Amino acid sequence: MVEKKIRIMVAKPGLDGHDRGARVLARCFRDAGFEVIYTGCHQTPEQIAAAAIQEDVDIVGLSCLSGAHRYLFPRVVEVLKEKGAADITVIGGGIIPDQDFPLLYEAGIKAIFTPGATLDTIVQWVRTNVQPRKE
Amino acid sequence: MTVYFTKNTLNQSKELTGKWEEEVRRTVARTPDQKARCSTVSDLEIKRLYTPEDIEKTDFARDIGVPGEFPFLRGNQATGYRGRYWTFRMFSGMGSAKDTNARWRMLLKEGQTGLSTAFDFPTLMGYDSDSPKARGECGRCGVAIDTLDDFRTLMEGIPMDKVTTSMTINPPATALWAMYCAAAESKGVSLAQIGGTIQNDMLKEFIAQKTFMCPPEPSVRLISDTVEFGTKYVPNWNTISISGYHIREAGSTAIQELAFTLRDGIEYVEDVIRRKGLDVDEFAPRLSFFFNAHIDFFEEICKMRAARRIWARVMRDRFHAKNPRSWWMRFHTQTAGCSLTAQQPYNNVVRTAVEALAAVLGGTQSLHTNSLDEVLCLPSDHAVEIALRTQQILAEETGVANTIDPLAGSYFVESLTNKMEAEAWAYIEKIDSMGGMVAAIEKGFPQLEIADAAYRFQQQIDAGEKVMVGVNKYATAGKQEIPVQDIHEQVEEGQVARLAAVKRRRDSRAVKRDLDELKSACKTGKNVMPFCIQAVKDLATVQEICDVYREAFGEYRDPGLY
Repeated sequence: MVEKKIRIMVAKPGLDGHDRGARVLARCFRDAGFEVIYTGCHQTPEQIAAAAIQEDVDIVGLSCLSGAHRYLFPRVVEVLKEKGAADITVIGGGIIPDQDFPLLYEAGIKAIFTPGATLDTIVQWVRTNVQPRKE
Repeated sequence: MTVYFTKNTLNQSKELTGKWEEEVRRTVARTPDQKARCSTVSDLEIKRLYTPEDIEKTDFARDIGVPGEFPFLRGNQATGYRGRYWTFRMFSGMGSAKDTNARWRMLLKEGQTGLSTAFDFPTLMGYDSDSPKARGECGRCGVAIDTLDDFRTLMEGIPMDKVTTSMTINPPATALWAMYCAAAESKGVSLAQIGGTIQNDMLKEFIAQKTFMCPPEPSVRLISDTVEFGTKYVPNWNTISISGYHIREAGSTAIQELAFTLRDGIEYVEDVIRRKGLDVDEFAPRLSFFFNAHIDFFEEICKMRAARRIWARVMRDRFHAKNPRSWWMRFHTQTAGCSLTAQQPYNNVVRTAVEALAAVLGGTQSLHTNSLDEVLCLPSDHAVEIALRTQQILAEETGVANTIDPLAGSYFVESLTNKMEAEAWAYIEKIDSMGGMVAAIEKGFPQLEIADAAYRFQQQIDAGEKVMVGVNKYATAGKQEIPVQDIHEQVEEGQVARLAAVKRRRDSRAVKRDLDELKSACKTGKNVMPFCIQAVKDLATVQEICDVYREAFGEYRDPGLY
């Protein structure tokens, strides 16, 4: 039996175009053997949630460097919940001040990675915390 | 031909270098090198020693020369920094127009010599503060501007006939420049008196920064409109700042930054000549550039020196420009945001100082130094002051501005300058053969070259092959806490309320008429600038103008290449 791969969506919510980190991670997840969907920049939380459901992903990784994460990250989780897809794990990264961590965890973001996190740390977190959802 | 070295010198060099190599072999056998290979931050391999042989083919008059003369390797100005230092120009903008105006006045009082505007993301992307797409973004990354009303507040108490202003604005550049023109006029300052720069470089947006709106072709057309308008009516304005900064921040190598930026410049020149029928010498003197000063000291200096020489050759030999001003590459520099670390943030002051020094030794005309806290937030007053003082210390204390291009003639510096120029030409020729930069972008070529370089660098960091102090070496457990400047949610509320008030107050029929006329200019190919100026005077918003472009030209979607 072929082992099912983790399906991950890397997404850039909001108007922020700083996509270096998102694209490096997309490539790194691909090299780690995940199935990767990258949305490109300038997606609304609603678009991201809809795409995550349509693509049937196990996890969504959000990247935001503009400071708008406090609205955008929780909104993605909220829309996923509304659409009955609360089982999709959502993680985030970017320029996220420490004082915003509690707000984001409370909103359902499962992990936050900030500058200095190695690619390997992030891949390991995903491997440990996410299983492919369906047979 | 003016040969750089005599035969005798070269022979002596060969002989002595041979002996030195033997000594190196013996030493390395006893004490091995720390690293198998030394390379720049861009992974360009660097030799242990450079000698006259590395530049033996250099022709002094052709390749080096003197400042103020072709090929301008040593700078545009015959007098260097003695006549005038580079412009101390700190990029700033936050919250509302009023907040930013206060920061600007503080900076001018502290000795800043030019203004540089950071807009928030909705403004950068052509959305108003009340757009659903703007939720959570208002005033966060820069100042929120919706209408001329905001712009007038921004410029309050600023002498627009004396201070030059740079505006980092791209897809909505026509709208914001129109506001600048209109704000100046309302102060009684004529278009001929104002000076400044709009970034207005869309090609690098598709390549790297991703602040885009319409597809490449019409985006370039709008730029050519501004170049034409500036040439005719706003003679002291730089209508474009052809930017490598963002290409580098996206992870490119120094050579890619150099090559893609200059190839973008070529594309713009070709378009203005073709579309507007202007003679190259009519507009080329107002083209300006913008580079990154990254952490690899010599690579950056050589990149800037090479940039001036390549551009001079491009303008003279490819475009047959005759005015020496057209051969000049004038550029602004910003130290590298991506070289700074959130860990041990005070170290960023040191990085920025070294990068700023490289920019000065590279002969920049204008400089922004990053603040130590910019990895975390918009800079605080205190952090900005240190960054500005860094420039003032370089200019006034260190003596580096006393003599022009002090590193010229160094075997290493000239050799690396030559190498970077040669590799940049190879990229330029490759993009020529693809049909130009728009065609190359459509194929994803520069985007993927940069993605490769960015990924390679991250792998080198993770493997410890490249070091970032405080990140993958000399990390400390405790955190250096610094104050983080926050932008309050109230900024959004205030901005949305102000916009609503303007919309109630203005003559909406006049706005509709202006926008219809702008739409027709988009279709007929008439220059959009006069229509934009009229529209902003009647208080049309940034988004209303951009919606006209979106409708006329279509929207560009990020292909999401990685």
